[in-house]
Amino acid sequence: MSAVNSAAAHPEEHHDLPRGMKRWLYATNHKDIGTMYLVFGTLMLFVGGLLAELIRSELMTPAMRVLSPEAYNQVITVHGLVMVFAAVMPLTAGLANYLIPLMIGAPDMALPRLNNWGFWLLPPAAVLLVLPWGLKLLGIGTGTIDTGWTMYAPLSTQSGPGADFAFVAVLLLGLSSTMASINILVTVLNQRAPGMTMMKVPLFAWSWVITALLLIAVFPALMAGSIMQITDRHFGTHFFSAAGGGDPVLWEHIFWFFGHPEVYILLLPTAGVLPHVLSTFSRKPIYGYEAQVYSFCAIGVMSIVVWAHHMFTSGMPTAANIYFMLSTMAISIPVAVLFFCWFGTLWRGSMTFETPMLFALGYIVLFGIGGLTGLVLSDAAADQQYHNTYFLVAHFHYALFGGPVMGLFAAFYYYLPKMTGRMFSERLGRWHFWLTLIAFNVVFLPQFLLGIAGMPRRIPDYALQFAPLNLVSSLGAFVLGATQLLFLYNVLRTVFGKSGTKATDRVWEGAQGLEFTLPSPPPFHTFSTPPVTE
Amino acid sequence: MSAVPDAHHPYYVPQPSPYPILLSGAVFLLGLGLALLVNSFAAGWWPLGLGALLLAGTLTAWFGRVVGETRSGVYGHQEERSFRWGMMWFIASELVFFASLFGVLFYERNIAVPWLASFTSRAWSAYTPWPHFSATWPSGGPAGRPFQVVAPWGVPAVNTLILLSSGATVTWAHLGLRAGRRGQLKAGLALTILLGALFLALQIHEFSHAYTRLGLTLHSGVYGATFFILTGFHGLHVTIGTIMLSAILLRALKGDFSPERHFAFEAVTWYWHFVDVVWLMLFVFVYWL
Ligand code: HEM
Ligand SMILES: [Cu+2]
Repeated sequence: MSAVNSAAAHPEEHHDLPRGMKRWLYATNHKDIGTMYLVFGTLMLFVGGLLAELIRSELMTPAMRVLSPEAYNQVITVHGLVMVFAAVMPLTAGLANYLIPLMIGAPDMALPRLNNWGFWLLPPAAVLLVLPWGLKLLGIGTGTIDTGWTMYAPLSTQSGPGADFAFVAVLLLGLSSTMASINILVTVLNQRAPGMTMMKVPLFAWSWVITALLLIAVFPALMAGSIMQITDRHFGTHFFSAAGGGDPVLWEHIFWFFGHPEVYILLLPTAGVLPHVLSTFSRKPIYGYEAQVYSFCAIGVMSIVVWAHHMFTSGMPTAANIYFMLSTMAISIPVAVLFFCWFGTLWRGSMTFETPMLFALGYIVLFGIGGLTGLVLSDAAADQQYHNTYFLVAHFHYALFGGPVMGLFAAFYYYLPKMTGRMFSERLGRWHFWLTLIAFNVVFLPQFLLGIAGMPRRIPDYALQFAPLNLVSSLGAFVLGATQLLFLYNVLRTVFGKSGTKATDRVWEGAQGLEFTLPSPPPFHTFSTPPVTE
Repeated sequence: MSAVPDAHHPYYVPQPSPYPILLSGAVFLLGLGLALLVNSFAAGWWPLGLGALLLAGTLTAWFGRVVGETRSGVYGHQEERSFRWGMMWFIASELVFFASLFGVLFYERNIAVPWLASFTSRAWSAYTPWPHFSATWPSGGPAGRPFQVVAPWGVPAVNTLILLSSGATVTWAHLGLRAGRRGQLKAGLALTILLGALFLALQIHEFSHAYTRLGLTLHSGVYGATFFILTGFHGLHVTIGTIMLSAILLRALKGDFSPERHFAFEAVTWYWHFVDVVWLMLFVFVYWL
């Protein structure tokens, strides 16, 4: 009790950093927790990347060479789940934890201990996902979940024990996301510096408000669905089985009710970073702040009511197909508003092209292609042809790598000097950008063509006429993978290197925002007394 | 007791704390145990048991710590607002959870079953779950095994009355607290807990009645599945609510809560009312209609 009292009486006296492992395991500081999220997410980005290289190795040539069909199914499943849940989501959550308190002038997140709980649920979830591989090595079970990341019934209700571990992992991930979302929402609602009204909150924080609301609005549905999967598998229920009057399509509805908002959950935080980067390097204020806020809101609301565009081939009534087609197409309107605002910010700016700016521009181009091909897919009639082909795979990689991942790189390079106090190697950064941009297109452009020609996804073998383009795609994938080592090296040498240019407080000439009024790196506690905003 | 720190005090950022990671460890162990047990690895009992113990211990210690912090007066109005918002959004997420279960009920009853029944013509009859499958609700068990449904105007109606009056008693307790009538606070809480426990006892009785007499089980097709998942998760929430109310009663007996500041009490009443509303929906859509 006395510790509590003294902490209350003299909160400023705890300048001493918590030391050793406890600093991380018991963390309550938003920068430490944010850092852990970022480290974990990066690690998982490489794990997921390694799995991707395995997939492309198998697909480099026709015939089965690298993986067994069973292992292939497991690898694509875990690749998808890891990238979505263990790489991109934690990375965006890490940025939120680190940056939002700095951006809104708060001493920390609103609920620091809850914050740490949310983070520490992630490593166990990742462990549960891969544990069945370990068990298989011991001769137990058939390996991990092999259904694809969408976990469709009845495959999921009949697949081996790995599926149970995956559904339990989903429950942990849901708990983690819910806690993180509650915390971020409460922080933005309640911790803003005096004078910072909601319509002055930086766009990154706004994008996370909508992301958090979406997570709270849809993840519990997937958790409920996962529980029903487990009961269908082991307790004799028939939610997803027609044998008892249920319906496997119900799972598709549950999954995509979550899954479509999920792609915007992945996208929005980086769509929130983008205007900051664009405005800094074109040395102009953000164009259309309000329009972007309203677009975030519109995207948030609309993304909840369009999910069944993933199910055009599942036998829904025509009226439903038409509704989901039109509503899906309508989402491109607020998305297009975002694009206009980005262009408006760049327009007639005195632009320079440092690494973060390059990645931001790459985002606009690649994500633009992702969005446009999404429109192609949203045509319910045409989608009969494209569905579950490599066209779809190409679409969502342009949307997900082109959007969130490029945006995360932009954010990383943009904020790394602020976080570490040192500049990264600009030269390496540019190499990283150009190689990534080129290699990415080499990997995924051919996949559009393969898809139109009819190559199905999730099948480890293919007809001979698909061989040349698959070879190109795989070679591109190896370059793309190797290129990311440049990124890792660049980050590590900035974090641990003793040399290197010191970053100024403002870091970038045109940077705006409270976070750039602080020293680089910022001290352990910041804004213990709130800053005054105009 | 509830010293209100001055308006300019800095936001309370707790020192490093072991509870969050311990709680994560507990959840991990529970999940691991579950995944092992459903696949008939008896070894799963170990992580399950350990996880349950760790969960109970950590939650007790964590909340104990927060109670200590509250008593020492480190929380100002801003912190309290954080807790309020936090609890609100948590209940919102719970609401989505139950809403999706109701969505499942609606889908199975109004879309899946009629659709399956539309295959009954001779040419398509191979696509129905069993011969003479019809679009009725309940749709029957797998292979058409018969079962009876729980009659709404028996125990479920009584349970509705019980939960509704428990909502009233907890409000009565709140009024007592606000007016400084501690006796009314304690009596109201005790009554609410009693009603919660009574509800649970009747619910357990209903479940065993359904299993042993009515033939209504988890295996009874989509009717049984939706019935038990909805009522089961609601029962779980009543259990959690009753435990929370008991903790609040203990604190009230120890003299916690002032007429002005008693957020923990309010949070639990919010939760209790939420559980109440869910039950009303259950009564209408699961038992009655
Ligand atoms: C205007 C924008 C967009 C439209 C109109 C659109 C439309 C679609 C449609 C219709 C499908 C289903 C195709 C099929 O299954 O046959 C689809 C799949 C997908 N989209 Fe998009 N999309 C858009 C933006 C995005 C964004 C922003 C992301 C992610 C950041 C994304 C990620 C995905 C993913 C991951 C899938 C495939 C999921 C799977 O089946 O595994 N899309 N999109
Ligand atoms: Cu979608």
